[in-house]
Amino acid sequence: MKKYWSSLEEFENKPIQQFDETAEIREKNEILEFLQDEVSNKSSSRRDFLKFCGFSFATAAVLSSCKNPVNKAIPYLLKPEDITPGKATYYASTFYDGRDYGSILVKVRDGRPIKIEGNELSSISKGVASARIQASVLSLYDGANRLTAPLKEGKSTKWEDADKEIRSQLESISSSGEKTVLLTSSIISPSTKKLIEEFTAKYKNISHIVYDSISFSALLEANKLSFGKEVIPSYHFDKAGIIVGFNADFLGTWISPTEFSRQYADVRDVNKLRDKITRHIQFESTLTITGSNADKRYSIRPSEEGVNLINLYNELAGKAGKPALNKANGVPDIKAVADELWAKKGNALVVSGTNDVYIQLIVNSINNLLDSYTSTIDFSNSFQLFQGNDKKVNEFITDFAKGTFSAILMFNVNPAYDHPMAATFTEGIKKAKLSISFAGSQDETSMLCKYVLPTDHYLESWDDAMPKEGLFSLAQPAINKLFDTRSFQDTLIKWTGKSGDYHQYIKNYWSQNIFPKQNKIGLFEQFWDLTLQAGVLELGSASPSSSFKDDGLQSAGDSIIASSRKVQSSLPELFMYESLALGNGSNANNPWLQELPDPVSKAVWDNYAAVSPKYAAEQGLTDGDLIKIKDIEVPVLLQPGQAYGVLAVALGYGRTAAGKVGNKVGVNVFPFIVVKEGNTQYFTTGIQITKTAKKYDIARTQIHHSMEGRPIVRETKLSEYLKNPEAGNELHAEYEKNKGTLYPAVEFAGHWWAMAIDLNKCIGCNACVIGCQAENNIPVIGKDEMMKKRSMHWIRIDRYYSEDAENPEVVFQPLMCQHCDNAPCENVCPVAATTHSSEGLNQMAYNRCIGTKYCINNCPYKVRRFNWFRYADNKAFDYGTDTDLGKMVLNPDVVVRERGVVEKCSFCVQRIQDNKLKAKLEGRELKDGDIMTACMQACSSKAIVFGDKNDPNSDVSKAMQNPRNYHILEELHTLPSVGYLTKVRNQD
Amino acid sequence: MYKTEIRGPLVLGDKTYGRISQDITAPIDRRAPVWWKAAMAVSLLAATFGVIAMYVTVRYGIGTWNVNNSVAWGWEIINFVWWIGIGHAGTAFSIFLLILRQKWRTSINRAAEAMTVFAVMCAAIYPAIHMGRVWLAFYIFPYPNTRGPLWVNFNSPLFWDFIAISAYLLISASFWYFGMVPDFATIRDKTTSKFKKAIYGFFAFGWTGSSKEWLRYEALSYVLGGIAAVLVVSVHSIVSTDFASSVIPGWHATLFPPYFVVGAIFSGFAMVMTLMIIIRKAYSFQDYITDSHLNAIAKILIFVSLIMGTAYGTEVFMSWYSGNEYEMFTFFKNRITGDYSFQFWAMVTCNAIIPQLFWFKKVRKNLTIAFIISLIINVGMWYERFNIVVTSLAKDYLPSSWTTYSPTWVEIGLYIGTLGIFGIGVLFFFKFIPMIAISEVKGVLNAGKTVHKQH
Repeated sequence: MKKYWSSLEEFENKPIQQFDETAEIREKNEILEFLQDEVSNKSSSRRDFLKFCGFSFATAAVLSSCKNPVNKAIPYLLKPEDITPGKATYYASTFYDGRDYGSILVKVRDGRPIKIEGNELSSISKGVASARIQASVLSLYDGANRLTAPLKEGKSTKWEDADKEIRSQLESISSSGEKTVLLTSSIISPSTKKLIEEFTAKYKNISHIVYDSISFSALLEANKLSFGKEVIPSYHFDKAGIIVGFNADFLGTWISPTEFSRQYADVRDVNKLRDKITRHIQFESTLTITGSNADKRYSIRPSEEGVNLINLYNELAGKAGKPALNKANGVPDIKAVADELWAKKGNALVVSGTNDVYIQLIVNSINNLLDSYTSTIDFSNSFQLFQGNDKKVNEFITDFAKGTFSAILMFNVNPAYDHPMAATFTEGIKKAKLSISFAGSQDETSMLCKYVLPTDHYLESWDDAMPKEGLFSLAQPAINKLFDTRSFQDTLIKWTGKSGDYHQYIKNYWSQNIFPKQNKIGLFEQFWDLTLQAGVLELGSASPSSSFKDDGLQSAGDSIIASSRKVQSSLPELFMYESLALGNGSNANNPWLQELPDPVSKAVWDNYAAVSPKYAAEQGLTDGDLIKIKDIEVPVLLQPGQAYGVLAVALGYGRTAAGKVGNKVGVNVFPFIVVKEGNTQYFTTGIQITKTAKKYDIARTQIHHSMEGRPIVRETKLSEYLKNPEAGNELHAEYEKNKGTLYPAVEFAGHWWAMAIDLNKCIGCNACVIGCQAENNIPVIGKDEMMKKRSMHWIRIDRYYSEDAENPEVVFQPLMCQHCDNAPCENVCPVAATTHSSEGLNQMAYNRCIGTKYCINNCPYKVRRFNWFRYADNKAFDYGTDTDLGKMVLNPDVVVRERGVVEKCSFCVQRIQDNKLKAKLEGRELKDGDIMTACMQACSSKAIVFGDKNDPNSDVSKAMQNPRNYHILEELHTLPSVGYLTKVRNQD
Repeated sequence: MYKTEIRGPLVLGDKTYGRISQDITAPIDRRAPVWWKAAMAVSLLAATFGVIAMYVTVRYGIGTWNVNNSVAWGWEIINFVWWIGIGHAGTAFSIFLLILRQKWRTSINRAAEAMTVFAVMCAAIYPAIHMGRVWLAFYIFPYPNTRGPLWVNFNSPLFWDFIAISAYLLISASFWYFGMVPDFATIRDKTTSKFKKAIYGFFAFGWTGSSKEWLRYEALSYVLGGIAAVLVVSVHSIVSTDFASSVIPGWHATLFPPYFVVGAIFSGFAMVMTLMIIIRKAYSFQDYITDSHLNAIAKILIFVSLIMGTAYGTEVFMSWYSGNEYEMFTFFKNRITGDYSFQFWAMVTCNAIIPQLFWFKKVRKNLTIAFIISLIINVGMWYERFNIVVTSLAKDYLPSSWTTYSPTWVEIGLYIGTLGIFGIGVLFFFKFIPMIAISEVKGVLNAGKTVHKQH
């Protein structure tokens, strides 16, 4: 037999070294003996015993009291195909709430939508979503307010029962010849439109009435008179060499502000266009962001607008050799405005936001004289938003109160709150046999209805849209339904007796109507998938040109002059405008929007009567005085730039059934809207105000409005800039020259993150604030905390006035952490909780922060925020994140800060990291533009540029080299990583 | 050398050693008088209010205060600096006078040191409670840890502060305590109560009064005195760096360290004067705390007040001379004039003008006026800290973040609470500890007298 050996020792027959058991035993014994000694030889007393007991009990007590809460993390048994934990998925979808339209991308993490971003592929959104659209994700998780089941007379019921009852009632009503009305907001969904047609065909005697609470019906009517087309044309601000606006807040609220502000910023790009940048003149009754950005601004009373337009027309008509209209007195330098317009004939644009047919007719005529209809105004791709006709709505409400309609169905409207004849409407709804409201949550109108049928949140349902002629987009659910809700359209399908759901319906509609319009893709399924993925389908449309008629212009002019003569100029006028955050008030229960500062007044959580300082002084009014207008009491806010003798109050406040956040915030001024020539008019003249003895505090994020002559915002005029690009920024060169330090300069070898903000492009719209809030889990703190100046926003927009208090020049300056390379906050933290990264970021280690607040004090920019309370998870701050459902909106990539720690802008470090990893996985270098901070992404005017300062070709490096670039407080040698480019006003 | 002929005797009346012990320990043996009980009740109430305020602060967060995103430090830091300032004098008093061999200090130093310890204790409450996460306060200790190890930021003035204050508290307390050991032994030996014998015996540390013990005792005094002398200067200099090393206008000034030290001595001496007048009146210690003692303190106060006035003037001058628009704004538009001019002028009046009344001998002799002035100085010093902390923060560089600040009840409660705690400490001191250093007074009984002439 072979000899098998296992080791060389065995092979060589040496004694194999055995594992020495004895040694081990010896060792063990030694230990035991030692212990034996301890026990036997040392005197152990009762005292020792007690000592040991005491120690062990204390340890046990301490350890057991430190028990950590048990969090369950349950892995998927079967992993859903498109969910990877820790990775975001984006779905293209569409936002439309009857007011704003946006083509969006929904960021979904682990099955829950957490952020709304703009869709790059849409020519309207171009990657940007407005503040209101971005904030809409929060209302998805508004568990306290959303309806969870159908309601019948206030009590919850089952869908089957509701369906059966309503269908039988509808049938009996329609068969008995009684009338039914379907009242909706403007419907831009082609599928829904068709569905409504089918529905109204099935049940006889249903009339469909479109009601827009913020109405553009005069514009539609005027275009019908002038061109025979009842549409809102596309505007091209980016083609305009001069823009003259009359109470049209096109950067904030007018028609399609995101689109317009991008166009506006394009044509204000002084680096690229130099002397070709557009000139902007604004006539307005209250200081809006549009007026704030104007090169020349006139404060006018709303009742004076028509007269000024007539004068402008007459000036231009004189130049064009056309007959003039009858005249009246207006702003003296209207001739200069006319000269400027005439000089840019062919690329000028005049717009008015006033809902008055006569005014719109004159604006049309002016634009016609200026040849704008061939350049800056375009009837192809006309807007499909705002189809409402005020005359029809008002007629309906009058009839409704008489009991003409037996049944009313309402979708996306709230006339009991936002119609001037709300009381009349309420009367009618009480007379109706059947009243149904399709609503996501209770509102003033649904409270009056017999049935309230809860609709899905738009992130839970399918839809399609055609915001402009030929521009289509699709909406798809990004999350399963949270509650027992059903979309309006699904309900209609059910009631029409059709099979299938709305998803199927849209698909059918598209395959029959939209698919054939294109010829790129031959297979419908492929077409559908690709369109759904892209979110938009832009086919465009050409509109046959139609001739301009100016019949009735003279009579329009005469009517304007006649009504302007009736105005008692000794009495103030009330001007009502849409607030940028709340719009028509349907978002009033959204805490992000309530806490979003008004871009101009910086007020939060309230509306107020803006009064010009001069007028206030004459009337003996001061900030915070409560004044009485008819039966409402509203606080006064002295607003520089407010037209003399005009009180401006924002619409959308004073809700009574919005939900716990929105109720009783501010006052409702919709009842003050008057109906003039059939159109709702958002101002009223000859109002009586009485001062009460009461005071009211308005929370504002900024209470000092002058720059005190400090070089914080540096600006110049275009003429100066053309001579010397450094104009207004001479200090920068001086500080750069004298820059020096005793310490070795810090080198950033890899990336060196920096940001540049073009003050000429920033329009102050606040979209970045909401973008940051959604991205970085910024808590809402409520009015009381805002009063104490504890705003948590990581980015704020400072606004300063200069020159005349009655008509000031305004500058906006977004301010976030400046990520100073020589940061004053870093060296004062005793526990090194805030440090500098090797890539130039100023970082906060929340876990390390003990909250001495020294860094807050030592920050010259005051951009650091402190969690004074546990805002994020606190029943006292019930703005969403206090509930489990509300917490779903939180971004898992960003820490939710605890009470007592300092927080601030991180340059969206999570996005930097994410993109670095992505580039690494793809084996490439990071490209400029890969990383977008949330504020940059939200910026419609592309004022914010972020990138690597070490890359000489990056946009941010180029901006830093621009002679307009400077840093705030650069004389402090804080070496900020944020640069600002001077504001260049188009003035001589 | 101290000349009695020129300056008058340090202890009045023909006192024997036995009489001195008897006089000074009398309050310990007597039952507490009614005013003591009343004062104690008030102090306890105040302290309870403070404890409630502390509870609210820790339970709900410092959001219950009115500090905000711009003025992140408010009453708490004002009061912290104020207490630290007051806590300055005791040790400064003892140490500097000890080193300068000023014998007259002996009847005052004990009370001054006691005041120091309580004031520093009150001060120490604030840095802790004003932290957002007080339960993690231990992060500020530089100790090896499992977090990396992660060290504190040695560059931070707040860390220096923490070290300076804890060192100061430790040294002041030891200096005070070791000074009391022979006196505790005296009480131990004299008392008839077994309970007191045990307690005082414990604190007396087995003191027998042998020459060897006295030798070591003296040496220890000088060693501790030497260390403390440095700390007296350093602690408030370091507190001042909290402000001076920042970039905020009105804070960023090289003047701050001496300015703060002098200010601290000023407020501390004023507080010593307040307490001495109370002790003298309440316990009839006129023979020990003589008019000439108070006279001397008053003279020091004039001198320091002049320095304070100079400092205020220098600050304003420098802000103008620097040509820095932010500094100019802070001083000329936000202190001398503006929203906070009352606080500024209150500071100047209380600290630089009113103490000048001490130039008049009549004022120095009139204890009522002296008492009032000593209180006014401490009010003025509070306003000084208000000026520094609040006005600079409320309106700094960017006008967009300008704001105002006023305290909530919680913040006022915390202040009243520390006043109560200080009161309790002082009252306990009156009752249980010899208010005047018996052994040291005995040492100077014959100071400067011509008893040694025979030799």
